[in-house]
Amino acid sequence: MDGVHDMGGRTELFGPLKPLDRDEPAFKEPWEGRAFAITLLANRAATASNLHAFRHALERVPEQQYLANYYGRWLGSAEILLQDSGLLAPGAVEARAANLRGGSVEEPADPEPHKPSMETAGGGNMRTVDAPRAFAVGDRVTAVGRPDAGHTRLTGYVRGRTGTVTALRPAQVLPDTAAHFVGESPEHVYSVEFDSHDLWGPDGEQFTLTIDCFESYLETSA
Amino acid sequence: MSDMQPGIDLATRTEALESLLVERGLADAKTVETFIGIYETQVGPMNGAKVVAKAWTDPEYKERLLSDGTAAVAELGFKGPQGEHIVVLENTATEHNVVVCTLCSCYPWPLLGLPPSWYKDSAYRSRVVKEPRAVLAEWGTELGPDVAVKVHDSSSEVRYFILPERPAGTESLSEEELAGLVTRDAMVGVTKVAS
Repeated sequence: MDGVHDMGGRTELFGPLKPLDRDEPAFKEPWEGRAFAITLLANRAATASNLHAFRHALERVPEQQYLANYYGRWLGSAEILLQDSGLLAPGAVEARAANLRGGSVEEPADPEPHKPSMETAGGGNMRTVDAPRAFAVGDRVTAVGRPDAGHTRLTGYVRGRTGTVTALRPAQVLPDTAAHFVGESPEHVYSVEFDSHDLWGPDGEQFTLTIDCFESYLETSA
Repeated sequence: MSDMQPGIDLATRTEALESLLVERGLADAKTVETFIGIYETQVGPMNGAKVVAKAWTDPEYKERLLSDGTAAVAELGFKGPQGEHIVVLENTATEHNVVVCTLCSCYPWPLLGLPPSWYKDSAYRSRVVKEPRAVLAEWGTELGPDVAVKVHDSSSEVRYFILPERPAGTESLSEEELAGLVTRDAMVGVTKVAS
């Protein structure tokens, strides 16, 4: 889906880089580590650790919250996943937070759980696909359009652009369907290299951009 | 939707969610501490640095690393979440690779741990796929016009790891001493390793 998460090349997001800090710890504050851990546990409870559903929940975190803080974004996704699966009522976290700070707010009752589920061919995301590959190294391919709604790993900035297949990657679970529990629908994956001038026009820096594309994201370039 | 209410700080929000999960038997303090401990002490850039130092000192290992990264890093015990399929790219005097995840913050956890602030930040994620030389220069890495720049956007479950160029003047250093020179930034490709 379109959204602030799809950041590549978005000039309104350009700004000074954060400093490189060799000694930056994994978690800068204690709450960050706890937010990290409980988000993983929340996703385990809500979706049986569906990585794609987790990413799609991140994409649905309101923009201001998404941009404000990385682990704040994780918390937002955890709450979305728990609400989507009926494990937590809307407003439950706010009410509990108020009570932790000395309030006496009535907390909402738990809804009826309705956890989404999906058949899985095993752990992880690498899969075997028997169908022959549609593309080979050296093929010219165009990244085809994508729906505005739902999860995808086709970035906005390569949409409609033409590049060259440079490597064959293992077949993987298709994020576009798995995120919505429709099925794993594994597909072949390709690394596709784009010339920077084909992405951004003739005036910018000269370099190559390589991105992994699921087979259904690509069509043969005329 | 779980829109963030102003006035609830993130630490309190975390505590609230954790207590709700614990009450429902969906989380427990011991598991939370275990997850935190793994990424604070066991999994971090020191793992990737060992891989780099070994590749710099063992040509046969380097060959295995570049042909099957997943298997080669598993030889050193490095595998796990966000490391299902590792592809290693070699930086040289004439080719410089740099890695980003523009859609979220995918990162090779088993080798580098959790991503640092700059990698997760919107400035890096938006800019490096459009002006990588300017990004690297802002961090002090100037690349000449003769160096081919290759940006890799991690959009599938393949995780890219950079084998930086071994700095000159390090011939006498041991593998362990070499590992001490290697920074996480160089293993993402935004800097070079200094001697």
